[in-house]
Amino acid sequence: MTAKIKEFPGISLNEQDFVDGKILYNFDKLNGLYAWDTGVGIGSYLASLKNGVILGSHCNTCRKVVVPPRTICEWCFRPMDEFVPLKDTGIVNTFSLCYVTWDVKRIIDPEIPAVIDIDGASPMHGIMHMLGEVDPKEVKIGMRVQAVWKPAKKRQGSINDILYFKPIKEE
Amino acid sequence: MGMRKVAVIGAGMTKFVRRAQETPKELSWEAAHMALESCEMTMDDIEAVCLGTAPDAFDGVHLNGEYLSDGAGAWRKPYMRSYVGGGTGVFVPIQGWYHIASGLFDVVMVVAEEKMSSYYPHAQAAFLTIFDHTTERPLKPNLLWIFALEMNRYMTTYGISKADIAQVAVQHKRNAADHPCALLGDANITLDDILNSEVLAWPVQRFDVSPVSDGAVAVILAAEHIAKRITDKPVWIEGVGWHLDTAYWTNRDLAYPRYVEYAARMAYDMAGIKEPRKEINIAEPYDPFDYKALHHLEGLQLAERGKAPELYSDGTASRTGNMPVCPSGGLLGVGNPIAAAGLMKIAELFWQLRGEAGARQVPGQPRRGLAQAWGDLMQVGTVVIMGR
Amino acid sequence: MVLLNRDPNSPIIWNGELPITNRYTYGLAGEKFFRTLKDEGRILGTHCPHCERTYVPAAIFCERCLAKLNDWVDVGTTGEVNTFTFLHVNLNGSSLEKPEIIAFVRFGDGGLIHRLGDTNPDQVEIGMMVQAVFKPPSKRIGSILDIDYFKPV
Repeated sequence: MTAKIKEFPGISLNEQDFVDGKILYNFDKLNGLYAWDTGVGIGSYLASLKNGVILGSHCNTCRKVVVPPRTICEWCFRPMDEFVPLKDTGIVNTFSLCYVTWDVKRIIDPEIPAVIDIDGASPMHGIMHMLGEVDPKEVKIGMRVQAVWKPAKKRQGSINDILYFKPIKEE
Repeated sequence: MGMRKVAVIGAGMTKFVRRAQETPKELSWEAAHMALESCEMTMDDIEAVCLGTAPDAFDGVHLNGEYLSDGAGAWRKPYMRSYVGGGTGVFVPIQGWYHIASGLFDVVMVVAEEKMSSYYPHAQAAFLTIFDHTTERPLKPNLLWIFALEMNRYMTTYGISKADIAQVAVQHKRNAADHPCALLGDANITLDDILNSEVLAWPVQRFDVSPVSDGAVAVILAAEHIAKRITDKPVWIEGVGWHLDTAYWTNRDLAYPRYVEYAARMAYDMAGIKEPRKEINIAEPYDPFDYKALHHLEGLQLAERGKAPELYSDGTASRTGNMPVCPSGGLLGVGNPIAAAGLMKIAELFWQLRGEAGARQVPGQPRRGLAQAWGDLMQVGTVVIMGR
Repeated sequence: MVLLNRDPNSPIIWNGELPITNRYTYGLAGEKFFRTLKDEGRILGTHCPHCERTYVPAAIFCERCLAKLNDWVDVGTTGEVNTFTFLHVNLNGSSLEKPEIIAFVRFGDGGLIHRLGDTNPDQVEIGMMVQAVFKPPSKRIGSILDIDYFKPV
């Protein structure tokens, strides 16, 4: 078919066409304002973060500890048996050095998002957060890290109560 | 199992462009109209319409599928929309397939459309909506993060270098130079071009990513008795599979896409395929990033874990090799309108298996091809196997 | 089946927002429709000879038979009120001092949704003929609001 067709439809525009007024267009700005219920699992997770503790939950049948905590085990579909406070240290599962912000602006010092497997949770179970107080060139998968918390008075019950994770200096 | 045979009998697509003038309805119509013309059918012959289009946030229109439906010919017809993120392009033909395989309909129009450029100023910001609002958005994440995190884990787990991965981008973009609808086809691109491109979120560099695009693709599916009347070269859908993993993506192994494996096994079982590496003649895995093509080839059981780069370095994956991968040029070369990209692969297999792919034709009369797509928060695997 | 309980100190609500800005092109048909509205103060439709329908606002394809439409027709600037309503509240729920009158005005086999202005609310009825009142040419930008309102003939 592509061998037989001469012309495919689709008209391409570039930014200049808009600036020059060659193309008519319309702007529309919508603003969705939301008030989400935090739910049982995440609500408890946030309360725990305010106290400086990362919370997980445990399923006796599957013998898994997951984080963030859920009320239902997604493997056996039964209710989770209990909440489990975890340590605030972990291992870097993976990381990236990001030079672009979410709204596509370039930055010079990279942000370092990472997935950190939390100590106390099952293997390969962790959370996404940022790494800080570290030279981007020194970050390695497998590195041990420790959470750096906001002072207790400033915590609000949010993932940002942890400022970032920093490397643990090996003795 | 009592399922009827279903064939693809026609296909059409628009060019994939950075910013289209057409409205989403018009894009969808252009593809649908072309698909109808390709097999000389009219809307009177079409009994149902299945449409796939991705996040409503891009267009700022809720019930985007219904909004587009008249461009897909759904006026006064049974209509369904499916949406599984990037997986939609290979899922919507599966939806069309079960409409016919079940015996409910005989001819179905399947359309996948995307207009990402309406989001202003840059479509990437709209992807903020896929992250969890309470535990992840406060960190101001960027879509690039999750791919960079997955790519890093994959590279480190198996000791794969950036150069191993960049050869995928080189091959796909070169293949795309032969695709008339391609946005980024380049017959002369080199490994250095990829490796020297701007670092966005290490290890992801600019040429490792497929760009925001607009486009639409349509195919027409028909039951066996009709397919045989319309064309003497129907391309049969021999196997379908789809599988979803947990949204808690930080709680799983990022180095291996098990959801792709389970979707592939479902499709292989249905098609009666016991040794995929020998029985699949063309593979079109989903490649929004170059490392994803490798990641998916391993999930599809077409390569050992960690060994997919060898398919490229030893020539197996080239158009003249034993198992060409992405002869179309894939998403890296043709473009990535989220929902339409997967269906582009289905259309490519349709043309390849009929010997109509022009300059991109894989030699040797290929008989069986596999298309795979992936989407959501790195969750879904969708697979379709087609054969002559 | 017993589910875990929420920690009594949990924050109940998490607030957030989704800012979405879109820049829409008018498309192939829209480009001509809105340019004609802007430059000439005329309303255009497209006609499908096969299905015998005239689409307003103009469309590039017929939604029934999917044929490409090339017959452009001037449908005039006067149409019949097919239905109407009186709006007493704003988008954010606050009251409007004077109710706004919104009507669907029939043109061809389609029509336009717009405001009625310069109209006595007691005299609005389905079936009445209304005429488009355009903004002065210098103020038109290629938008449906280039028509300021419709008023009774």
